[in-house]
This record gives sequence, C-alpha cells and structure tokens, in this order.
Amino acid sequence: MESVTARTHNNFISQKVNAISPSGIRRFFDLLSSIEGVISLGIGEPDFVTPWHIREAAIHSLEKGYTMYTSNYGLLELRQELALYLERQYGVSYHPEQELIITTGVSEGLDIALRAIIDPGDEVIVPDPCYVAYIPDIVMAGGIPIEIPTYQKSNFAISAHDIETKISERTKAILIGYPSNPTGTTLSREELSAIAELARKYNLLVISDEIYSRLTYGSNHTCFASLPGVKDQTISLNGFSKSYAMTGWRIGYVAANRDIIEAMLKVHQYTMLCAPIMAQLAAIEALKSGEDEIEHMRQEYDKRRRVITKGLNNIGLTCPTPQGAFYAFPGIDITGMSSEEFAEKLLIEEKVAVIPGSVFGKHGEGFLRCCYATSLSDIEEAITRMDKFVRRHRKS
Amino acid sequence: MKRILEILQDSSQTTPEQISVMLDIPVNEVKRAIKQAEQEKIILKYKTIINWAKAGRNEALALIEVKVVPQRNVGFDSIADRIYQFPQVYSAYLVSGTYDLALLVKGENMQEIASFVSEKLAPMEQVQSTVTHFLLKRYKEDGEILHPTKNISRLSITP
Repeated sequence: MESVTARTHNNFISQKVNAISPSGIRRFFDLLSSIEGVISLGIGEPDFVTPWHIREAAIHSLEKGYTMYTSNYGLLELRQELALYLERQYGVSYHPEQELIITTGVSEGLDIALRAIIDPGDEVIVPDPCYVAYIPDIVMAGGIPIEIPTYQKSNFAISAHDIETKISERTKAILIGYPSNPTGTTLSREELSAIAELARKYNLLVISDEIYSRLTYGSNHTCFASLPGVKDQTISLNGFSKSYAMTGWRIGYVAANRDIIEAMLKVHQYTMLCAPIMAQLAAIEALKSGEDEIEHMRQEYDKRRRVITKGLNNIGLTCPTPQGAFYAFPGIDITGMSSEEFAEKLLIEEKVAVIPGSVFGKHGEGFLRCCYATSLSDIEEAITRMDKFVRRHRKS
Repeated sequence: MKRILEILQDSSQTTPEQISVMLDIPVNEVKRAIKQAEQEKIILKYKTIINWAKAGRNEALALIEVKVVPQRNVGFDSIADRIYQFPQVYSAYLVSGTYDLALLVKGENMQEIASFVSEKLAPMEQVQSTVTHFLLKRYKEDGEILHPTKNISRLSITP
C-alpha cells in the first residue's frame, strides 16, 4: 500500500480535461441567477415552444408505448424522410441506410465526427471566434485546434486564403459553422466554394455545422456538401433544435460518406447507442409538416433582427446587420472596456445579460453576443438600458 | 402591405416607427399603407382582447344554430342582414351542413339570451328552427389562449 502515491483530488482528473478552461458562460450563469428582473439577451435557443403538432406526435408515441431503443443509425423512417428533405432543401442526396446517423443534437454529431477522424496531434482548423464547443471538442478528441482569426471589417467570415496559410501536414479537417453562433455571419456560395477548393486541393475533410441553416435572411443557405466535388469529404452536421424550436429534445443528424459514417457509428453505438425514440418520432412529424412554422419563426426573427441591429448601432455599439442565426455581435470600442467587464457591469448596473465575445475566442474580444430570440418589447427595453449604460461608460 | 397588416393584427399598438424598423420600410410608406388600409376598410377597427371573466364582469355567450328559408334573388343575405343587425349578435356566419346560420350571441346572462331567441329570433318568418348552445367556458378566442398555463422559463444564459 505504501507504494501508492497519495493523490490530491485534482490528480484524478485527466490532463486533457484539466487543460480545458471552464465555460465562461457558466460563470455568468451563476452571477445572473442571483439577480432579479434581468432581461436576457444571453440565450442561445429559440423563444418559441416546439410547434404543437410535433409535441402532439411525441405524446401520441408515448401513449402507444414507443419507449424502446432504435437502430444505432436511428429510425429508418426518419432517415428516409431526412434524405428526402436534404434532397428537396439543398439538392444533395444521401443514402438513408448508409450515409445518415441520427444523433442527440449537433453536439453529439460534432463529438463523434471528431473522435472518428482524429489521431493524436492531428490539426483541425477553426474560425476565431467560433461556437464554444468547437475547441474543447477538438482537444478532447486528441486533436490540436488551429484558429484562424476573423474580423468585423470582413464580417467575421473565414477566408480561404487565411486557411491556406495554416494548412500543414498534420491538418486533418476544417471545422466551420455558418450561419455562425456567435457572429450571425453567413458565407456566400463563392466563399464556401473557395474553402471547398482547398479541401480538394489538400485532401482535407470539412466538418460543416449547419444547425442555423434555416435561419438566413436575404439569401438562401448553401449546404457545403452540395458544392461540386466535395460531398465525400464533407461531414454535415445539422439538427432540429433551431429550425423547429426543439432544443430540449436533443435531436440532430450527421450526413457523410459511407466509410466515415461507419466510423462514426462505432463511436455513437458505444457511447450514445441511439437518440431517444420519442424525439426521433417527433422529428419525423417535423420533417413531414413543419415547414410553415419554420417560415413563421424565421419571419419573426427577421423583424427582431432589424430592431436590435438598429438599436445597437444607434447607441454606438456598432455591428453589421447579421445575415443568419439569431445573434447580433456588436463592438464595444467606445467604452474601452473588455467584453467581460462590459457584460458583468451591464448585468449588475442595468440588469441586461449579454455574452462577452471573449468566450468565443481571442478575436471575439471587444464584442458582445446579443441574442434576439426574445420578445420585441424585451429587445427594446434592453436597448434602452444599454443606452444608459453606454452613456455612463463612454471613454473620454 | 400584407406584412404590415400581420404585425398590426398581432399587436395593434405597434407604431409606424416600430414597423418601419421591423420591415426595413420608410416610416412614411408605413403610415401611407396603414391609412390606405383604413380607408379601404381592410383595417376595420383596432380592438383589444379582454378576459372579462378575470376583470369581474360576467357575460353569457351562446352559439345558436339557425335554419332559415332562403329567399328568391337574395338567398340568405337578406335574412342574415335582418338578424345580424341586432346588437346582441356578436358574430354571424353562413355555414354549410345541417343548418344555415351560425350566430354568436352575447348577453349579460342566460335569461337575456333566451329572451332574444324566443322574442326576436325564433318568431321571424324565415326562421324555421333554432338550437341554442350556451358556452360554458372560453378556452381560446381570436387565436389567444384565455387561460394560459404558467410561463415555462428558459435558462437565461445558454451557449
């Protein structure tokens, strides 16, 4: 027994996990829960409830006793509906029995994609700022994230040129997520095509997180896999959370070529086994008759998007009009504060919650993520409060 | 125009300035469109949905099925017109099926509605028969749920 070295509690934790800093969002959550009367622009989900016919389908499935496992891939009927939908919506065809896995949201999809493809030391290129999970997920899968800075002046769009300068022998994949959480940026077909060309030239995988694909304003979303010649090198991640307001159901999917799907399925079957059957049945209903609600919600966000962008720019927090998702990403230059300081003081002094841009990467510093998936009256009140705050804290 | 109307239908208190921002249309254009809609009677009235039971006022409502004899040349319109002129008639519809007119009739109490039916409606020459259904509870009106369940709160901060 003496040979066993005494461990402090912390020693039990793997170095890999220890190296990941706790989510900046969580710290804010703790602070926020101690304050009353807060208007939150800090959410990351629709403020709609899942449409009733979808909820009703799930209730019906429970009444009928659908409470069992499904195939690891997910219900075949759902995959068939999904294949039809992807063909119809984006003009890209996937074999329902070999090229689709139903996951518990894009979160799981991303995790199993990374774990299926990364060997220790492999590099994955990501934009900075990017969604909070990208970098920790790469690290946990044993990879090395290579961040490509993006800037407000170029609308936070990742440029193929910048990507190319960072490609090395260890580069395995490019991970992109457009429309973007946190910036609301979308990429044009041309911008995406330039990335596709790199993927072909250097034989790289592209993991494309398209969870906000149905929330674009002005131009239609281009599915990365639909670009010529890259489908087999693309892992498409998508789901039902944002388009159908189904965040809590945890239901999404991955689409990729057969070999990659087989590899991902190994990880999926030994960790998740399958997505919950009631969520899968609800998703079938969503695909079959949820189009009207998607459009209704999109139009609502579109109005709010204009109200928040105008409001933020009027008070000196400049931002371009976001073209997708439901986030505005204004700069806070005029205050001279760090984004974390701004967000914390704003919460305490004016009771408005926003997310500091630094949470999403080094180049998110100097910006705030303001979600407009909340009522128009709350958006207007939040802007009024932020106006007072900015006037008080404007740098002289 | 359609989008402006949709916003006003949902919340008639939305100002032209707010609509202008929401739809990215100049405010003067919004004002002109609203005015035009008012003049053309596309917008009939700005109303408020009130839960009167909660405000302490009780009222009775009845759904009345009416079978009528249609008249030459004017069909159902003439008799419908005679019926919906009564202030007690809150809504009136011509419907397909086993009866012809569906009326929503309001009164301070059931007695008042019963009197309306027996004294005004039933005795009309073209009215063949009526069936009165008193409303027991109002769940939803004009698309609004009157007894909403407690608001489900989302987490204030999520990634």
